[in-house]
Amino acid sequence: MTTQLRERIGDVVLEMQNISLAFGGVKALTDISFDVREHEIRAIIGPNGAGKSSMLNVINGVYTPQQGSITFGGEQFNKMNPRRAAEMGVARTFQNLALFKGMSVLDNIMTGRNLRMTSGILAQAFRLGSAEREEIRHREFVENLIDFLEIQAYRKTPVGRLPYGLQKRVDLGRALAMEPRLLLLDEPMAGMNIEEKQDMSRFILDVNDEFGTTIVLIEHDMGVVMDISDRVVVLDYGKKIGDGTPAEVRQNEAVISAYLGVAH
Amino acid sequence: MGFFLETLFGGLMSGMLYSLIGLGFVLIFKASGVFNFAQGAMVLVAALSMARFAVWIPNWLGFQNLLLANVLAFMVTAVLMFVMAWCIERLVLRHLVNQEATALLMATLGIAYFLEGLGQIAFGASVYTINVGMPKEPAFLFESVFDGGVLLNLEDLTAAVIAALLVASLALFFQVTATGRALRAVADDHQAAQSVGIPLNRIWVIVWTVAGVVALVAGIIWGSKFGVQFTLATATLRALPVVILGGLTSVPGAIIGGLIIGVGEKVSEVYLGPLVGGGIEIWFAYVLALVFLLFRPQGLFGEKIIDRV
Repeated sequence: MTTQLRERIGDVVLEMQNISLAFGGVKALTDISFDVREHEIRAIIGPNGAGKSSMLNVINGVYTPQQGSITFGGEQFNKMNPRRAAEMGVARTFQNLALFKGMSVLDNIMTGRNLRMTSGILAQAFRLGSAEREEIRHREFVENLIDFLEIQAYRKTPVGRLPYGLQKRVDLGRALAMEPRLLLLDEPMAGMNIEEKQDMSRFILDVNDEFGTTIVLIEHDMGVVMDISDRVVVLDYGKKIGDGTPAEVRQNEAVISAYLGVAH
Repeated sequence: MGFFLETLFGGLMSGMLYSLIGLGFVLIFKASGVFNFAQGAMVLVAALSMARFAVWIPNWLGFQNLLLANVLAFMVTAVLMFVMAWCIERLVLRHLVNQEATALLMATLGIAYFLEGLGQIAFGASVYTINVGMPKEPAFLFESVFDGGVLLNLEDLTAAVIAALLVASLALFFQVTATGRALRAVADDHQAAQSVGIPLNRIWVIVWTVAGVVALVAGIIWGSKFGVQFTLATATLRALPVVILGGLTSVPGAIIGGLIIGVGEKVSEVYLGPLVGGGIEIWFAYVLALVFLLFRPQGLFGEKIIDRV
């Protein structure tokens, strides 16, 4: 794990072209295009109901857009599905925490290694040597991740019993265990106090620095977004109203009026 | 006291059988959110297949070894259960993903009728016996403590040990293997499981196969005690109160629920039966289930479902 410099941003890895998504008559996204470059932290911001989560769900394959295409790692799709996305190296966290509540922190994060485990079900059931070694190898990776996220003390605790801020960290850990190429974070700081937000920001920056992971994140909190992201897309009522560096977006008239309201 | 213990043991033994059938319901409900009405039919088909293949295989291959015949019949039936699970996933479940629970429930009713019919076409509709060589002679315990000791049916005891072993090995499989972890993950949260790349389709095949093997073991125990016949499919519906009592989402719940109902049935029949003219055994489980539905619908160990308004 070599530390990379901040000016590490590479080629376009994900390109969303003219994405439109509607639920019945409700238009969630209208003709949205933007790209994400390798190793960058790309934020999607916007007021409530702007279509941020829908956008993330389109990238991840939970929703299929009526129009538009997605190009990821040089391949073009009209349609994704969550499992395919996972296989291609897209990991995500959830706004409302979709952890496996009854399972321990360790087990939750281990599920992130699922796609990398190849031994058969019978080999596992009878604890054959190959399955055993595989389990140990992945366990080692996960233990390192747990150290990285500073949740060693809770390894065996069922996640349902952890405080909210720590659950968010486990959610991040599970996504990181997939060693994703692209990491989608759905409001990683929602409902957190300032201290927890600072911790989370630090983890996001560290992940980006140390593992070089490309990150797309959705956030409400403008301050946090402006601090950590390289480029920002602004959505409002399902339309793109701004795109650029945090400084550029801050100056954008449409963005200011969407956030602060405008005198008519 | 000796007589009470006898009744208690009897209840625990039949409770073990209920637990096994209830376990099949819980496994499938946890992993796919489906209440599987076909569990009874699966027990029937498994028991029929076991009974017939144990006779057919020695005939085809021309040998006379009871143990070998049973082992081979068990393996063939387990494979059959896997094929059945695969077909159910491919032909039914896959097309009903994200549909309403009622649609899935009705689909399992359909599967139940289909399996009952198919089982009888393939294996015949007579009454068969399963002979896995369980000890038939009774044993006496605590003879030094009570006068005459406690009469215990060795067959029941063997069955209980087998059931306990099965449950223990299943629990171990769920806890320590990667596939077990994936199964628990799917049971907890479908969406999140998909996002880490756990294939729902494969998990469903595995769960239905496991439920099939549990049905097979239940079928063998039941069949070697009472014989295999068509009524087996409906008789297993007596395990329904078990899962209501224990909670549909809880494996320990199914086991404890089964034991409570087994013991409750026997003890109330023996001690209260004479007062009300008998027959308590027939309705005890259902009345208990009804009481639970009224006062604790999530069962003893089930998750309370809280809907956000």
